[in-house]
Amino acid sequence: MPKTNKIITKLKDFFIEIGDIAYFTGRFFKEVFKRPFEIKELFRQAYNMGNRSLLLVGITGFIIGLVLTLQTRPTLMEFGAVSWMPSMVGISIVREIGPIITALVCAGKIGSGIGAELGSMRVTEQIDAMEVSGTNPFKYLVVTRVLAITLMLPLLVIIGDAVALYGSYLVENVKGNVSFSLYFNKVFEALEFGDIVPATIKTFFFGLAIGIVGCYKGYYCEKGTEGVGAAANSAVVFTSLLLFVIDFIAVFVTDIFYDL
Amino acid sequence: MIPQKNISAEHDLSEEREIVLEIKDLHKSFGSNNVLNGFNMKLHQGENLVIMGKSGSGKSVMIKCLVGLMEADSGTISVMHKDITKLDQLALDMLRSDIGFLFQGSALYDSMTVRENLEFPLRHHAKKMENYKDKDALVIEALENVGLADAIDLMPSELSGGMKRRVALARTLILRPKIILYDEPTSGLDPITAKEIILLMQDIQRKYNTSSLIITHDVDCARVISERMILLIDGTNYAVGSFTELSSSNDPRVQAFFKQ
Repeated sequence: MPKTNKIITKLKDFFIEIGDIAYFTGRFFKEVFKRPFEIKELFRQAYNMGNRSLLLVGITGFIIGLVLTLQTRPTLMEFGAVSWMPSMVGISIVREIGPIITALVCAGKIGSGIGAELGSMRVTEQIDAMEVSGTNPFKYLVVTRVLAITLMLPLLVIIGDAVALYGSYLVENVKGNVSFSLYFNKVFEALEFGDIVPATIKTFFFGLAIGIVGCYKGYYCEKGTEGVGAAANSAVVFTSLLLFVIDFIAVFVTDIFYDL
Repeated sequence: MIPQKNISAEHDLSEEREIVLEIKDLHKSFGSNNVLNGFNMKLHQGENLVIMGKSGSGKSVMIKCLVGLMEADSGTISVMHKDITKLDQLALDMLRSDIGFLFQGSALYDSMTVRENLEFPLRHHAKKMENYKDKDALVIEALENVGLADAIDLMPSELSGGMKRRVALARTLILRPKIILYDEPTSGLDPITAKEIILLMQDIQRKYNTSSLIITHDVDCARVISERMILLIDGTNYAVGSFTELSSSNDPRVQAFFKQ
């Protein structure tokens, strides 16, 4: 019986948290259109997030492209379908692997960073200090960060996709003597409007999820250094789970419109 | 409920001075823990009122309720004749610009320089400050008041504990508040630096004719700065009087505060 009560309490806490995050998201949309617009802080955050994640996204993308091609090649060779490699890699990276892997990397790098930074500001009363001076910390800290990652993630995904395709091309060039122009011509021949646009649109939602969860966890961080660590950690865990849920919904919706 | 002991009725003498802050029958509890249990106080124009209490006695909860960082369960809080519990966010933010708050840990924004820390509240209260000189002059003047004009371009991480407290005080002063709330202004400082901060608080009070509410358990600080003191015990104002009157009281609960 106590175990059942514990499960019920945990479930209750989980749904309360979902409700709080929904309210937090609502507040974000309410504040984002209100003056004053913190343009300078928005650009600072966007630059920091983009700049600091670029190398990690690039390396991850490159390795994904490389590994995907290396592992798929023998199977395609068995069927005499190696010439389909650019199309297959292009579609899988642009539609799915690029966005989700880049978003997961950014959830780890940016989401945890936001959670830890805001958590630390909460614990050291910096957020309270902003509030009592009559300024709006939500607008300055949350709106700018959420907006920055929402706008930066699609760019990072595009860069990650490009680097992944380049990695794939390198393997094809070494193993199959395929030229750069031939490889990329094949990639772009295979890609359609329905591959690129929905995949790009969903990255905005990925960015929004990373920003909202990271900010929520940090903004309402419990007191103490332990709380800061927990905020950063739970931001990553919760966001990762949420990314897959959003991805599922995005694929489901795309399927309705484009008949995947 | 323990009745308030007016150690000296004389200390309600400031009736001729305007009341700038008044708390009536304030209650706040966390679960079954009643932290504030019918707390009352009045702060007069230009007065230095010290509130002493043991750790966990509800001093910080009271001061947070006072600026709207925490919501009280019941009771009224009137700041400059405005009931803060009934103000909307905009009106509350305007009122907050008249209340300075010095946090226990200084709460400087650690991603900003000293200059940016001081400029931050100004950006959001441009209308209030339009009669004053340019922003730079205000920042320099506030830093000169605390003897730290040279630290203007330093980061908070480059400052000592005492310097941080001074910068935080300068940030508090920049909006020309009518009331300053000090939360443990000398905690964590060595005795010499603590004395410097106390003298600085006195200077500021004289220069700007502010009313000060000082939360502390530092007896030396209370002796030097207080005009009137309230002892917060069991969530209520247990005793009210001057430092001399309270320190010579025969009540063992009052005496406990003054024993070294």
